[in-house]
Formats: sequence, C-alpha cells, structure tokens
Amino acid sequence: MKRALFASVAIAAMALSLAAKPVAAEEMKAEVIHWWTSGGEAAAVKVFADQFTKAGGTWIDSAVAGAANARNAAISRTVSGNPPTAMQLNTGKQFDELVEGDLLADVDAVATEGNWKSVMPAAFIAAATRNGKMYAVPINIHGQNWLWYNKAVLASIGAAEPKTWDDAFAVLDKLKADGKVIPLAFSGQKNWEQNLFNSVLIGVSGGSMWVGIMGKHDAALAQSAEFKQVAVAYKKLKDYVDDGAPGRNWNDATNLVIQGKAGMQIMGDWAKGEFAAAGKVADKDYGCTVLSNHGGGYMMGGDVFVFPKTKDASTSKAQMTLAKLMLTPETQIQFALKKGSIPVRSDVDASLLDACAQKGMRYVADKAQQLPSVDMLAPPALVGALQDAISQYWNTNMSADEFSAKVAGVLKAQY
Amino acid sequence: MRLSLSTRVSAISALLPALLVMLVVYIGATGWTVWMSLTNSRMLPNNNFVGLRQYESLLSNDRWLTSVHNIVIYGVLFVSLALAIGFLLAVAIDQRVRAEDTIRSIYLYPYSMSFVVTGLVWQWLLNPTLGIQHVLRGWGFAGATFDWIVRPETAIYCLVIAGVWQASGLVMAIMLAGLRGIDDEIWKAARVDGLPKWRVYVSIVIPMMGASFATAAVLLSTAVVRLYDLSVAMTNGGPGIASEVPAKFVMDHLFERANIGLATAAATTMLLTVIAVVAPYLYWRARKEAAR
Repeated sequence: MKRALFASVAIAAMALSLAAKPVAAEEMKAEVIHWWTSGGEAAAVKVFADQFTKAGGTWIDSAVAGAANARNAAISRTVSGNPPTAMQLNTGKQFDELVEGDLLADVDAVATEGNWKSVMPAAFIAAATRNGKMYAVPINIHGQNWLWYNKAVLASIGAAEPKTWDDAFAVLDKLKADGKVIPLAFSGQKNWEQNLFNSVLIGVSGGSMWVGIMGKHDAALAQSAEFKQVAVAYKKLKDYVDDGAPGRNWNDATNLVIQGKAGMQIMGDWAKGEFAAAGKVADKDYGCTVLSNHGGGYMMGGDVFVFPKTKDASTSKAQMTLAKLMLTPETQIQFALKKGSIPVRSDVDASLLDACAQKGMRYVADKAQQLPSVDMLAPPALVGALQDAISQYWNTNMSADEFSAKVAGVLKAQY
Repeated sequence: MRLSLSTRVSAISALLPALLVMLVVYIGATGWTVWMSLTNSRMLPNNNFVGLRQYESLLSNDRWLTSVHNIVIYGVLFVSLALAIGFLLAVAIDQRVRAEDTIRSIYLYPYSMSFVVTGLVWQWLLNPTLGIQHVLRGWGFAGATFDWIVRPETAIYCLVIAGVWQASGLVMAIMLAGLRGIDDEIWKAARVDGLPKWRVYVSIVIPMMGASFATAAVLLSTAVVRLYDLSVAMTNGGPGIASEVPAKFVMDHLFERANIGLATAAATTMLLTVIAVVAPYLYWRARKEAAR
C-alpha cells in the first residue's frame, strides 16, 4: 500500500514536471477532440500536433473512437460550459445550432489574412460560413463517389475502365456472365446503401437534380420521371452483389476487390487506405474513376475543425494559431498524404500525391465538377430519414414509384 | 410499533440519498424526456412547444412501426423459448447426471458474454458466405441454405436465436434452484402413486415453481425492452430496416441524427407501453395483498 502510494506520487511528480516544461512557451495549450484513431488517421492528425508544437504550443490529444461518440462528447462539453479548444466535425450542417447558440468563435480574421476564399472550393467556403462569417476550418476533401476496380479482373474479361454508368452496367454484365468473381463488391449497411444511391443519383442524372433534391428539398423533383430512372438504375445494381453483402463492413468489401474476388466497388477515397495497406499501387494494380453520364460530378465531403468560444486570451490565441497552421500549404500536403484525402487548397504541389489523388485534384479544380456532399446540403435528421427510405427500397421489393413517393414525403416533412 | 424520533430521523437521513437519486435521476429525467418530446428540439434541447407533432411523425414513420412489430415478435419468442429451453436444461441436469458441475458451467457460459460478443459470433455463424451455410456446402450439401440473416423477412428471428442462446443458461440456473427446492417427499409420494415422471413435472412441479418462472420472466422481459446491442452488433438493424428495435430507434435519433424531439417521443411511447403492461399487474397484486 505504502509503496503503491509512493509510486503514484512519483508518477504524479514526473507528470507535473513534464507538463510544466512548455510553460516557458507562453502556455499555449490546445485540447483537441477528434475521432481519428486508426493507423493512417492518427498519423495524419499528428501532422497538426507536430506543427502546433513547433509553433510553441502544447497539443493535448483527446481522440474519441467513433465519429458520433466524438461529436457528442465535444458538443455536450461545449454546451455545458467546459469546451475543448478545438473539435472535429464533418463539413456541413453539424454546427448550425452551435452557431445559433453563440457557442463558437469565428475564424474570419484568419481566413481573410490567409486569403482562403481564393484557394478553396466555393462550396467549402459556404459550408463553413454562417451569417457572413467563417466559423469552421475545412481541412480536407474526401471524394465520396469513386469507383474502384481491380485492373487484372477487368483485363481478364477484356473490359476497359468504365466512364459512364452505362459503361459500368456493361462491364458488370460481362463480369456476371463470366461468373468467376462477384461483379460489384458491396457493404450492405444503411450508410453505404445511401452512399451508393447518392453516387448513382449524381452519376445518372447530374448535379442539378442532386442539389435540387438534397439542397432545396424539392419534392416535385423526387416524383419526376428522371428520378425514377435513377431509382431503377440503383436497384438494378442489386443483381450484381453477392449473398454475403448485407451487414458487411466497407473495408471487407474493398478487400474483395483487392484480392480479385470482386470486380469493383463504389466507395469514398478512404478506401485507398486499404489498397495501400495491401501494398497495391494506384493506376497499376487498381484503377479509380468517377462515373457520370453527364461529364462529371465529384461529390465532395470532408472534415472541419471548429473552435468553441472562450474568454481566456491564451486559449483564444491557441485556437487562431491552430486555424492558421492547419491551412498552410505544407501542413495541407503532409496531412493529405497520411489521410488519403486531398488538400482543401488548390495551390499546393500535387506531384507528391498518388495517381488517384491527383485525379481528384483535377476534378476539384473544375468548378463544374464540384458537388457538395449530402451532409453539406441537408441537416442530419433529413439525411437519416432519407437513409431509412433508401435502405428500405434497396432491401425490399418496393417499386420505384413507391420509393419516389416516399422520398417526396420525406422532403415535404419539415426537417 | 412506534419508533423514537431520533431513530426515525436517522432512518430518513439514511434513505435520503437514494430518494434524491430516484427523484432527480428517474422522475426528473423522465419528466424532462416527456417535455422534450413536445418540443421541436434537434441537436440541442430547446423549449419550442409543438404539441404532439413529434408523435404524429413517429406514428407515420415506417422504421418506428417496424421496430415495434419486431419487438413484439422478439419479446414473445424470446421469453417463451428461453423459459422452455432453460427449464428443460434444468430438468436434464436435475436427473443427477455425471459431471453436473461442468455441464452447468457450459450452459451458463453464454450468459457471461456481452450481447455485443454474442451478436458478432452469431453474425459470423449465420452469414451465408462465411458461416453454417458455407460449411455445409463445403461438405457437399450443395443445396444447403441457411441465409436468414440476410433476408429481411427472417432477420429478426436471427436475433431471437442469439438471444435465446445467451439467456437460456441463466433461466436454467434459476430453474435448477427452484427444482432443488422441491421436497424429495413429493417425488417419493408420486413414485408410490405410480405417476410417470413427466406427469409429476407437468402437474406438480411446474405449478410449485411459480416464483422461479416469475423471476425468470421478469428478468427476460426487461432484457426485451432494452434490446439494443444485439441488434447493433448482429445486423445493425438490417437488412434495410428489417431488424430495427425501439431502443435503437431512440439512440440513433438522439445522437447520430440529431433529432432529440423525435427520439424522446419514441422513448416516451416505450415508457407508456411498459406502464400499460405493468400497471394492471401491479394493481392486481396490490388488491391481492390488501385482501390478505
């Protein structure tokens, strides 16, 4: 007992002396809540931590496993008056109510100083801005509607890279007739069912339909013939998935493609992490493209950091320092390399990135291709209600007409 | 019996913390939940009264209706199967079998696992491309099909299988204690009368074990109401919304979907349902006790 007491005192003393050290550097401390816990993600967030340490601050890492858990922890701490210095959210509407409640500090001064508006896609500026001020720092762009395919498998049936959904269906038919592999690797969980639907919606009918449905909640559009066409194409994809798909994790589906057991998968660019972990090289072992019948549409999502309001001057200084250094070109490129996303700035040197990320940079550079993700267009409650409808449609024998009526109903209800 | 004042004061002060916890945590939180269900709260709680609008949208919500339907199926099957299997296991062990301790531990073992682990194990077993179906086909039974978990019509029964597998051991332990409490004289008397064994169980032993059955049934029923983790771990409510349950509806809407109003309306509906079931029973028991 006595020894244990002594040991704990010794440890506490050591911890104190360690913690006391950086005080010399003007006590700039930042407690950051985020949900990046897997290998590549943790390495990516360490880029920020290292930069902050270099700038003379102390980074206190509060990683919480699971996006929803991390958000809840951070938000309830902010509401109860004990906020972290910075917290991660998804680019979109997740911080609407925090701004309404006057709980966030704006980063407008830093944004103007760094001239963010000229280097970032307009959709990201809009997603971070409330009442004319920027309240969030977008740090990366994740493309969510990529098609990943195994080059060897496609070569074995003599198929080239599909460009449009019509091409893709032709390839899928060939793969199915060949019968050696699962044509489409799929992870049958609600959010991936929704992501696949979103990809088909953008690819088959284009950006104006996408923004009309998700952004303007136009119920009439959901009952148009064009939307029903999307619904039919989406449901048709079910013919190409295997029996084990329901409930499968997305990375298990990616691994089916990696191992050559499946031909292709629709997934966000985080799938690249799986390819990289298996030692596969972009454009050599696997290919990537965004399917579109209308010349393009790159569904962009990402992460932001927001900074809860504080009265403490040193915390406030830490917040603005963080905001600034997260967006320096050097941090941006290092972060993107580790995370598998692409930089949110268009003026960085892309030559270090892999072939697929460079492709992504080219998509983002073209204004006509930029489409905001569903989280940027619709509040979580609406996204959730749509998710239920899509999931029901995918898994039951609901007709396309019933489905479009259902979606129209969800859009009409106030979320 | 009259207690002196000081005894009463100390008794009350000893009970005070528990009373406060009950008032604040249970009653207070329940009241707050009911109030929230009458507002249009989204991510953060607010006090904008909207009447019963959340309940209206709840009752037209497919996912909620499916959840309620599922919990009824699950509840009836889970409680009755777990009771039946647990009782039969206990009877089997009660036959003075060899290695009773070992067998008892094996039966009770699943209960020591969390629902999450149970759910994952059964998810793998039931997955047609990894589990039982795959193995059977590998053995040459090409037509073997056991794909309940990936079919929307049958997914909920997979939850029942996993739930019963986990809970039967506990029921067995309770029942075994009950069986051991039956006086040996009864068995001797029955043997003298020449009654067959099954008849003794059905007509004499089971009626005597009312308390054991009631205990087990109450424990199982509370597990039904709070069913959440099994659905999350095993099917995540899928395929589609086929194996959604009410508690999961509440959790998802409370956190992921930032819809406090709808989530609390669902929680309140669950509470009212439980009260509607339990209140007549409590009333009946109170009457019975008063009559004594």
